[in-house]
Amino acid sequence: MSEPTPIAPPRRAALAPAAPVHLNAEIVVRARQLIALYPERRSALIPLCHLAQEQDGWLTPEAMVDIAGLVGVTPGEVLGTASFYDMLHTEPVGRHVVAVCTNIACLLGGAAELLEHAEHSLGIGAGGTTADGAITLEEAECLADCDRVPCVQVNHRYVGAQTPESFDQLVADLRSGARDADIPPHGTLIRVRRTTGIEADPVAVAEERRLAAVARSARADAADGAGA
Amino acid sequence: MAIADPPKIVTSRLGFDDSHTLERYLATGGYEGLRTALAKTPEDVAAEVDAASLLGRGGAGFPAGRKWSMLRKAAVTYLVVNGDESEPATFKDHLLVERDPHQLIEGVVIAAYALQVTRVFIFVRGEFALGLERVQAALNDAYAHGAVGRDIFGSGFSVDVVVHPGAGAYICGEETALLESLEGKRGFPRIKPPFFPAAIGLYGDPTVVNNVETMSNLPWIMTNGGAAFAALGAGRSTGTRLFALAGHVNNPGVFELEMVKTTFNDLINAPRLGGGVPHGRGLKAFIPGGVSAPWFGPDQIDLPLGQDEVAEAGSMLGSGSIVVMDDHTCAVRAAWRITKFFSRESCGQCTPCREGSGWLERIMDRIERGEGREEDLDLLLDACDNISPGVAWPPQQTTICVLGPSIPSSISSAITMFRDEFLVHIKEGGCPYG
Repeated sequence: MSEPTPIAPPRRAALAPAAPVHLNAEIVVRARQLIALYPERRSALIPLCHLAQEQDGWLTPEAMVDIAGLVGVTPGEVLGTASFYDMLHTEPVGRHVVAVCTNIACLLGGAAELLEHAEHSLGIGAGGTTADGAITLEEAECLADCDRVPCVQVNHRYVGAQTPESFDQLVADLRSGARDADIPPHGTLIRVRRTTGIEADPVAVAEERRLAAVARSARADAADGAGA
Repeated sequence: MAIADPPKIVTSRLGFDDSHTLERYLATGGYEGLRTALAKTPEDVAAEVDAASLLGRGGAGFPAGRKWSMLRKAAVTYLVVNGDESEPATFKDHLLVERDPHQLIEGVVIAAYALQVTRVFIFVRGEFALGLERVQAALNDAYAHGAVGRDIFGSGFSVDVVVHPGAGAYICGEETALLESLEGKRGFPRIKPPFFPAAIGLYGDPTVVNNVETMSNLPWIMTNGGAAFAALGAGRSTGTRLFALAGHVNNPGVFELEMVKTTFNDLINAPRLGGGVPHGRGLKAFIPGGVSAPWFGPDQIDLPLGQDEVAEAGSMLGSGSIVVMDDHTCAVRAAWRITKFFSRESCGQCTPCREGSGWLERIMDRIERGEGREEDLDLLLDACDNISPGVAWPPQQTTICVLGPSIPSSISSAITMFRDEFLVHIKEGGCPYG
């Protein structure tokens, strides 16, 4: 039997730029602080997607290329991961994402009727965005606020149980900016910044990581040996 | 049955508007449990939790002490806290994360000390924007207070804690999917057994994954002792537990109740708890432990709120969330919505779950719209059988994780209990409740 053809390693360096070009300097600083919190860079992928949405309101292809470079994967892997998650929008959304829960507790409290009203009132279906770019309407799964039904969130912030009348007022307030103080634009998730880095001794952490990698490699070798 | 008045173990501060601040936390005995723990050996702390017989509060109800004892010894181990609460009608961790984040952090550091773990990740559901901000702010204050970080309270023990935001996926509440997500990947559950996270977890290193409410119990257990905790409740269900009550009750909310000593009847009808079904209506059915659980009828309302008691009656206490349906509720519509949820949230790895949930949703949808066929009931149960052979409880599994076998619960419950309603939808093309 002939030697198998060696498989070329993935050309990751060629696909991701050396330095971010789309994410702004402040976001990049914060991104690097987040990456430093994790033993493996890729763990910061989802937090970085949230950061990119803070800058752009949604997860743009340009941002995904930058994130790929920052965490050491291909842009395709960023998209492939992000597309799994409801909160990461790979298409543009409105300044306010209004989520109406229709799951069981809310359904029993009139959520289907509220969503129907919202669609009619906004002139869009669930998943759609108003022509002025102000509102994206979403039909949400349970948002874990089931004693205030039907539950509505705007940009992932609870606004309490809504009636059709209060919903229309909410939308008017969002459009006029009256709620800007308590509801930041879509994409801004966590306004409280971490004030400390990892306090553990970096030398000790590096040594622990090295020992863990050795142990994993030994386990893999043992498994290979068992399979041969 | 009289409702026992147990100590408030995890909700003691919720009467204060500033329950989330360090000032309030310290003024109400905060971080004393951690000081007690640090004065003991890690083994003694673990033994105290073992003595409490604290069952995990995430849904599976596995004893926390036993989970800890399974952690494989290795150069690097991790503690990961599951705050990805997404089971429909479950809203207790939401409360703990938002209203008492220091209690969570104190519990986390106690657990880290017992396990001798030096890095902890608290995975908080992404949709909890305020909760994420509250936990991060509390963590900043806890570092400054010396309760987290290097040489905690001068004990020589150090641990770093990181708050990690989720991004919207029910499946990430499953602990191995959560670990995948924390590694920056799609939330695909891992195949197990044989390797559970305690052996191969985050980055392949041994990892304990515990729920938010489980962690939040630890400060009280340290201060008052495991025996005092175990003296509450009965049998395997010790201590108090948070029950999230939603649906058709006058007073929905989260109630901390002593396990087993309280019944579903108390929870739903007692004036100081659920306050009964509104508008003078009767009780049609209730879901005893999250939408993965089979439903109960009014004849089972006197069951106690205990893990084994509910299991023996053919369902589960699960995530501790109870959904009440009054006698004007359409059972078909309720089951259809739960099925739609599972169909949307199936991660897609396993064919029975991915395809089966879609089939079930489409069939339920056409019945709900009055376009069903008589053979649809058999078809539904046949599709359920393909996901979970036998469609029994506890369910058989054909999939990597338990999401799949959770899907048939509501459909088989609804068909078994309310077959007539399905037939009205099919034969008369509409809902008897309008």
